[in-house]
Amino acid sequence: MINKKHHLSSTQMAEFVARGFLRFDELVPDEINQAVMRGIDRQEIKGHRAGTPLSQCYHGTPIRRLLDMPQIQGLIASLVGEDPLFDHDAIHVREPNEGKAQGLHADSIIDCRSHFDIQLMYFPHDVPLEMGGTLLLPGSHFRRVNEMDVAAYQNMRGQIPMVCKAGSVLALHHGIWHCGRQNQTDRRRYMFKLRLNPVVRQLRLWNTDDLTDDYAAPKEIHSGFPRSDDVQGILSKQEPWFEAASGRLEIVNRIKLWRFLTGDESFDVHYWLGRLENQPA
Amino acid sequence: MAGTLRQKVLTLYLHTSALDSRVLGWSVYDGTGKDSFTTGDNTEPPYETGLDALKDGWRLIQHPVLIPPYPGEEYSTSFMKYGFLFEKLEDIQA
Repeated sequence: MINKKHHLSSTQMAEFVARGFLRFDELVPDEINQAVMRGIDRQEIKGHRAGTPLSQCYHGTPIRRLLDMPQIQGLIASLVGEDPLFDHDAIHVREPNEGKAQGLHADSIIDCRSHFDIQLMYFPHDVPLEMGGTLLLPGSHFRRVNEMDVAAYQNMRGQIPMVCKAGSVLALHHGIWHCGRQNQTDRRRYMFKLRLNPVVRQLRLWNTDDLTDDYAAPKEIHSGFPRSDDVQGILSKQEPWFEAASGRLEIVNRIKLWRFLTGDESFDVHYWLGRLENQPA
Repeated sequence: MAGTLRQKVLTLYLHTSALDSRVLGWSVYDGTGKDSFTTGDNTEPPYETGLDALKDGWRLIQHPVLIPPYPGEEYSTSFMKYGFLFEKLEDIQA
């Protein structure tokens, strides 16, 4: 049994639902980072058959030590359950002084499930801006697109280049738009990616101790209530690249996912769904 | 003969269907070969609004078509809806 103190909180879960990712800077100790880098250099990091329980993967390797960290265990358990399935992994390499970046894309193929996979992205060495870093677009995970459909979008307001120190980890919803930015240094850049599939219903898997009795209580529309850091506030924040109209639909997408994850079919933000669900006999 | 005129194209993704609304996203391709652009190479949009691009000499060559949502898909989101395509012609021998 995993110690629940390392599970995500409800506000972290709301951030994931709203933005499609969570970021943990310098989470992994340097000892593991160095071991992973040696493993990459020696080509010792091997994947497994798709559908293998994660608990059966990577034994005796530095990746296992990474996955056994209580913070990583809690993160995985909160999002996809304690023993998800290994889907695939990849050591992404950006060569030195590349001519261009990768096109913006969502991984795999169009995938509109409420159930979601996660992709862990682990950066075993420092990534300065000139080295690129993985670029991600917060809040893009609900957009129904198929892989490189969105490669025409070069830059979007609010995009995040993953500039980080060694040992940083991203947890991404499978639908998030991202790409490998151009590496303008004379060094190779590495990023280890691991996709995981849930095998349990993703229902209140995180630490819900911070969900107060009134967290979902309706608020007055246009009351000017401050943009708060509570669940409703987090789910109502617009991203800088959202269009005026579609941005409202993105809030609806978040409400639907939050309902799915909590089992609370009456949960709402800003009365967006409650208004539509009012169908007098 | 291709001549010496080359096309630069700019796509601006705007906040609404109005050309004078705010730029949310942008892409540039330079047919003169003088400059190259790629994903994630800039955080500041080239113009604040689509209208600002017109004022700077870009010619609007395509306006987004407004398409009603497909039945059953009224609440789903997908591509950026308001992409405006501009061009400039430049003489590579100038």
